[in-house]
Amino acid sequence: MSYVKGLRCRECGAETPIAPLHVCETCFGPFEVQYDYAAIRRALTREKIAARPRNLWRYRELLPIEGEPRVGLHSGMTPLVRADRLAAVLGVKELWVKDDSVNHPTFSYKDRVVSVAISKAIEFGFETVSCASTGNLANSVSAHAARAALACYIFIPDDLEQGKVIGSTIYGPRTIAVRGTYDDVNRLCSEVADKYGWAFVNINVRPYYTEGAKTYGFEIAEQLGWRLPRHIVVPTAGGTILPKVAKAFRELRDLGLVEGDFKIYTAQAAGCAPVVHALHKGAELIAPVKPQTIAKSIAIGNPADGFYVLKAVRESGGWGEAVTDEEIVAGIRLLARTEGIFTEPAGGTTVAVTKKLIEQGRIPRDESIVVSITGNGYKTLEAVLDTVEQPFRIPARLADFDELHARLNAARAASAV
Amino acid sequence: MVQVKVPTPLRKYTGGAGGVEAQGATVAALVDDLERRYPGLKERICDASGQVRRFVNIFVNGEDIRFLAHLDTPLKAGDELSIVPAIAGGR
Repeated sequence: MSYVKGLRCRECGAETPIAPLHVCETCFGPFEVQYDYAAIRRALTREKIAARPRNLWRYRELLPIEGEPRVGLHSGMTPLVRADRLAAVLGVKELWVKDDSVNHPTFSYKDRVVSVAISKAIEFGFETVSCASTGNLANSVSAHAARAALACYIFIPDDLEQGKVIGSTIYGPRTIAVRGTYDDVNRLCSEVADKYGWAFVNINVRPYYTEGAKTYGFEIAEQLGWRLPRHIVVPTAGGTILPKVAKAFRELRDLGLVEGDFKIYTAQAAGCAPVVHALHKGAELIAPVKPQTIAKSIAIGNPADGFYVLKAVRESGGWGEAVTDEEIVAGIRLLARTEGIFTEPAGGTTVAVTKKLIEQGRIPRDESIVVSITGNGYKTLEAVLDTVEQPFRIPARLADFDELHARLNAARAASAV
Repeated sequence: MVQVKVPTPLRKYTGGAGGVEAQGATVAALVDDLERRYPGLKERICDASGQVRRFVNIFVNGEDIRFLAHLDTPLKAGDELSIVPAIAGGR
């Protein structure tokens, strides 16, 4: 049974029945799915959720599909890792990493939103799915489309990391590399979506797609033992996940499943920080920028939901910061070397921003903190290629290893002095 | 004349056409001309103060006018102007 009532414009309040529509005809504001929360409140309990399979559909009353889920039966329920080694380095008491670098099947948080978008696209009767993407989304749409036997078109900028490109093409979609930035790709796709009548997961199916991001927040609360973190740091690109994590926490609170307050913080790369700039200036409007950063998965200069990121951050009493590419790489290395988790530059950004916010005193050292890791480092090896140590090359002879080992020990002893 | 691309939500004003022609020396003047040709269109693109609505992006020859001169961006014959809803995208 579905608890969905319809779509409602976030700006002017215009209502419309469930359909593959993403913007209000009156004001161009985004449509958002409306639920019957009173009925959900009666139906949903912690126990009911806990008894369900460990995937993102365990929160299905709060997701906008009508029938049974079609894809994503192994997506979500990624680890929430207690990160004591990283906490020690950052000088804080309680730190957690929500690790979507191991999400199924394509190793990013996008498997959540795509599971919902494609299940919904099938309900609407679409036979072709598509997206504009900086990589992770394309990977996820390609994989889920293959499993659901849907035709698939992927639009990406033509300068992506090889891992992100092959991570789509292997699943057999038509892949179109567009000369330009992600924002150019996105604009083209808005026009293609208008003309071809496909389900663009992040355009005309967007109201359903974005709801899938809430599951990241639901899981954190459940995995903390039905408790909200006091502070959560989330990377911002197009601005989907941050407002939806805030919404997830509010929904759980309104349904009586958790209590307490949280503050939410946005993390951006200095080379592409339109939301952080607006936040720091106290501005309402977000001035678009031309991205210039290694963090390609969050290089969106014209964030669709940037306005709602600002709103969610401000309403919660949180803040945000931007960090340089050097700090991003340092963040990737720090997480790898303290917690054994290899994230992409978006995750390095979040780690580095968390460090900065703690050092600034914006995040107190004695309260619970969640760092949101949304993507996997194995897809973006180029980002760290020049900064990681190269292997020691030796012949296959014990004497050579003995000599190397002695040299390394001597170097360690010298550096310890 | 300037070629104008009209997104689906606005096509009820253009008789269903996805592409129309209009003229004006600037984007602001072109929007006024569009209003003369297709009454009701301007109010959808601009808010009461005359500024472009928060959720509308306008591109001239593929460039966002916020990187140009906003509504004062000059236009010449043969230019292409796209009106695109801002809400789209992900990663």
